[in-house]
Amino acid sequence: MKLIDALMTGLAQGGMIALVALGYTMVFGVLKMINFAHSEVFMMAAYVGLFVIAAVGGTAHPLLAAVGGTVVAMFACSLLGITIERIAYRPIRARTRGSKLARVTPLVTALAVSVLLQNLAQLLFTARYRPYPQLFQNTRPIIFVVAIAMMVFLELVVKKTWFGKAMRALSTNEEAARLMGVRTSRTIAMTFALGSSLAAVGAVLYCLDQSQAYPTMGFKIGTQAFVAAVLGGIGNIPGAMLGGLLIGIIGEMVKLTSYSGGVDVLVFVVLILVLLARPAGLLGTTRVEKV
Amino acid sequence: MRVAHPVRPPVDANAALLEVTDLRVNYGGIAALKGVSLHVGKGEIVAMIGANGAGKTTTLKSIVGLLPVAHGSITYAGKSIVGMAVEDLVEAGISLVPEGRAIFPTLTVLENLELGAYVHRDKKTMRETLEDIVQLFPRLGERMKQEAGTLSGGEQQMLAISRSLMARPSLLLLDEPSLGIAPKLVQQIFVAIAQIAAAGVTILLVEQNTRVALRASHRAYVLRTGEIAKSGPSVELAADPEIQAAYLGG
Repeated sequence: MKLIDALMTGLAQGGMIALVALGYTMVFGVLKMINFAHSEVFMMAAYVGLFVIAAVGGTAHPLLAAVGGTVVAMFACSLLGITIERIAYRPIRARTRGSKLARVTPLVTALAVSVLLQNLAQLLFTARYRPYPQLFQNTRPIIFVVAIAMMVFLELVVKKTWFGKAMRALSTNEEAARLMGVRTSRTIAMTFALGSSLAAVGAVLYCLDQSQAYPTMGFKIGTQAFVAAVLGGIGNIPGAMLGGLLIGIIGEMVKLTSYSGGVDVLVFVVLILVLLARPAGLLGTTRVEKV
Repeated sequence: MRVAHPVRPPVDANAALLEVTDLRVNYGGIAALKGVSLHVGKGEIVAMIGANGAGKTTTLKSIVGLLPVAHGSITYAGKSIVGMAVEDLVEAGISLVPEGRAIFPTLTVLENLELGAYVHRDKKTMRETLEDIVQLFPRLGERMKQEAGTLSGGEQQMLAISRSLMARPSLLLLDEPSLGIAPKLVQQIFVAIAQIAAAGVTILLVEQNTRVALRASHRAYVLRTGEIAKSGPSVELAADPEIQAAYLGG
């Protein structure tokens, strides 16, 4: 019974981590950079969600509050994601194109944006832990179902829509995508919007479960999600989902043993072992194009 | 084979569809093109031949806006296209099949083709072009659901050409369509190129395989270290002793 319980919790945790991991992996796909500010978008979403839930009346209308908070957070974070890309990343990308720094500079910028957003949150919301109202008795099944629904939705977007096809084309070969008429800037902006809104769903779910929001909350979940994305194969969408679920389950399984303090260590041990065996991650490919 | 674009009106260019005048392009700090002039008339198949590094790919990439033009003019259907983005040129009807094919290996054959239609996204046109493509290259028809990376080199070239056709271009630029492909498939691909041209698509192709290129084209330009060394009807160039010695192995 304890095992099944832990498995359920692990799946819920993992689903949420996967939602955040997808943002890392999609942005890496189109830009070949790690968007370290993604974890702060997650944190901002938690605050937006919290305020909307409070405004709607919190526990008086739990369903309305949860849905409203999530939807507004998704919208706000899409804008935030697009803004970060437009202001911080795009100018750098244009100027470093073709240079040796094209890989490094955006990473440093991303770290800077992350620090900036964290401090902005402290300034705006203070550093104190803000309690989230407990809207539901049992949040774990809800988290799991919503996370899975979002992943199905994402899969449909990626496979069936023109945007999804353009995003995958851009991820594989930018020049070839442009030769098809794909507008790279627009596709990149939409990728940020989509990744950020998934993180926003993850954030509200996380807070409903963990009951608090604070400015540095992005760090822990962001690290786990980043590890999940790398574990599954960065740039690979099903990989991020798999990596997230695995990390969630591993975490809960470890908690059953007497080594529960070592969860984070074990997660990284698994990551290192997987990367030693498969450098591109579980589902990643190191395919070389045939010429 | 149907080639009309669903929205864009057909180009009416009585003289030249593509006109390049004194094109100079610097690439990697060196003058890759030192004043190239050429023209392609509507309905023509024009070849550009020359050794590796002569500037053939550079010429094509500059025409589609992938490389910055240092000097000179490029007009398409009478309008200057210098400085235009590649995305806009695809919309205007110029499509490049790049060297090395650049298909999307992790996407299926069908998804690759669908992306070709990204500029117009017209369902009916897509359906019709897919039918035509299956007639043109039956091998692709059998492999629609397969990942494109699993195709052979020749099949990938067929896919790359077909993907460009999905956009319903008026001008098709082909960069080394025979590169690294089994001779039997080269034959098939050039038969298809002739069919595409016969349907009304104008073609400018770049080839290292001089024999094949001169046989497939109406006119040709010989490019040597960034300059046009010779030009004329392909039959005449094929009979030219100098060309025979330099490019056709005597």
